[in-house]
Amino acid sequence: MEYKNARFYLLGEHAAVLESFPPASWECQQKIGWIASKLTNHPFVTEVVPGMNSLTVLLNNECADPDSFLEKLKEFWQSDPSFLSLSSRTITIPVEYEGQDLERVANHTGLEIDQVIALHIQAEYRVYFLGFQPGFAYMGGLPLTLATPRLAEPRLSVPAGSVGIGGNQTGIYPFATPGGWNIIGRTAIKLFDPYQTPPTLLQPGDLVRFVPMAEHK
Amino acid sequence: MIEVIKCGVLTTLQDLGRPGFRYLGISHAGALDTVALSIANRLVNNPIHYVGVEITLGPVEFLFTINTSIALTGADFESSLDNMPVWPGWRIPVRAGQRLKLNAAKDGMRAYLAVSGGINVELVLGSRSTDLKSGFGGWQGRALQVGDRIPLACSDMLTKRIGLKLPEWTSKIRAIPGPEYNQFAEQEQQQFWRTEWKITPESNRMGYRLLGKQLLHNEQLDKLSHGVIPGIVQVPPNGQPIVLLADAQTTGGYPRIAVVIKADLWKIAQARLGASLRFELCNHKQAQIAHKELALYMNKIVCGLGL
Repeated sequence: MEYKNARFYLLGEHAAVLESFPPASWECQQKIGWIASKLTNHPFVTEVVPGMNSLTVLLNNECADPDSFLEKLKEFWQSDPSFLSLSSRTITIPVEYEGQDLERVANHTGLEIDQVIALHIQAEYRVYFLGFQPGFAYMGGLPLTLATPRLAEPRLSVPAGSVGIGGNQTGIYPFATPGGWNIIGRTAIKLFDPYQTPPTLLQPGDLVRFVPMAEHK
Repeated sequence: MIEVIKCGVLTTLQDLGRPGFRYLGISHAGALDTVALSIANRLVNNPIHYVGVEITLGPVEFLFTINTSIALTGADFESSLDNMPVWPGWRIPVRAGQRLKLNAAKDGMRAYLAVSGGINVELVLGSRSTDLKSGFGGWQGRALQVGDRIPLACSDMLTKRIGLKLPEWTSKIRAIPGPEYNQFAEQEQQQFWRTEWKITPESNRMGYRLLGKQLLHNEQLDKLSHGVIPGIVQVPPNGQPIVLLADAQTTGGYPRIAVVIKADLWKIAQARLGASLRFELCNHKQAQIAHKELALYMNKIVCGLGL
C-alpha cells in the first residue's frame, strides 16, 4: 500500500511498517518520532523501532487484524503533528583525534589532517535514530567534503569508543565490533550503561558536537 | 546453587528476552527455542518467562548444592543425573550433591534446563537474559564458565516425576514473503522455496547463515536502515540468505525476501549446523492459525499438568 510518499506493509505476521520514500530528511524523521511516541502505549503494540525515515511496529497477540493496523499508521502519517516531541539536547563528545585512518580520509578528501579534524569539530550532528549496537546513533550532518568510502576490507575488530566516517555518515562505536568505517579518533565517554536510566547517552533528536580532548580538559 | 563443572561451548542464562529497548539499539536476546524454555519452566511449576539455562553443545556438567527439581527440554543431549538417564520433557527431583551431565546433542541443537523456583540473577532492563554481544544481563553478561556458582532462587523439591511429549521438529520452516520479495525475479523466488539450504558453521545466536544457490537481487541499492526482527530472512549482496535470530542487531538494510512465522522460529533454533532446511510458502492467515495451534498446545500443557 502506498500513500503520500510512503509505503505501508506487514513484516511477517506480527509487525507493521511505515517506510517513507527517499531521500531521507530530518523533517520526516521528526514525524516518525512523533508517530512512535503516539504508538508506544497502544494496547496492540509491543514496541516501536524507528529506522531511517521508517517505523517498524511490533504487534502483540491482542491485534487480531494487523491489516487494520496499517490503516492506523496511514492515519497518523496523514495527520499534522501538533508538536514535535523529539528532544533537542546538545551532547558534547570529547575525542582524541588519533585515528589510524585520518590520513586515508585526508588523502581521499584532498584536505590536510588538521583540516579534516577542524571540519569534523565545526559541524553539528543530529541523532536520527539508534540501532546496530546499544547506544549507536545514526547521525546526519557530516560535511559533504569529509565523506569517505568505507574500507574495502572491513577490519575484524574496531575498538569500543572509535569515532569513524563511513560514506557520508559519522558515528561512534559503543562496543568493539568488526567494521569498515575510517577511524579518525576515539572517545572515552560511555555511550551505553544498562544500569542508567536511560541506558544510552544519546537519544533520537539530540544534537551532537565533537570537541578535541585537549580543549575538553 | 549450581556449580559449573563443565561448561560446554555456549551455555547461557536466557529467559523470554528483553523487549522494549530496540529503539535504543538493544537486541531482544532470550531463549532461541522459547517453546522448549516455556515447557521446561511449566514442568517445574515456574511461570513460563523464568530464566533457564540454554545449552548449545556439550559436554556440560552441573553440580547441585541444594535439593530441588529440574526439567530438561529441547534437544536430547543423552543426559544423566548421577548416571541415571534423564529424558527430555520430564521433571525429576534432584538432591544436593548430585551431578547432571549433558553429553552431545543426539538430535536438535539446544537443550533447556529449568530449575524449580528459578535462577537468582538480577533483572537488567526488564530481563534476566544474557546479552552476549554487549556483555550484560544473565550471569555477568557472559556464557557460563567452569567454576561459576549460579545462585538459585528458593526451590521446591517436587518429588513426583511428570513428563510430556515434546513438539516434533521438522526441517520445513514456514515463511511469509518479505517486503522485498518482489524485487527478486520469479526464478529467484522459486529457487528460494525449492532450495535445500545448508546451515553453515558461522551460524550463531544472531542469525543462521545459509548456503545454497546464490539468490540474485534486481535492485542493488542498499536500503536505508530499518528495524529488523527475529525471523527475517535477509539476502546480503553475496546472495546467501541469513535468518535473523534473537541476538540480531536491531536495524539493518539488506533486502528481506521472507519472514519465518512465529510458530516455526523454534525449529530454526533446533536445526543443526551442517544440516539442511527448507522454506515453505505460507500466508498471514496460515501463520495466525499456526500461532493459535501452538498457543493451544502450550495451554494444554499448562492444564494437563494441573498447574
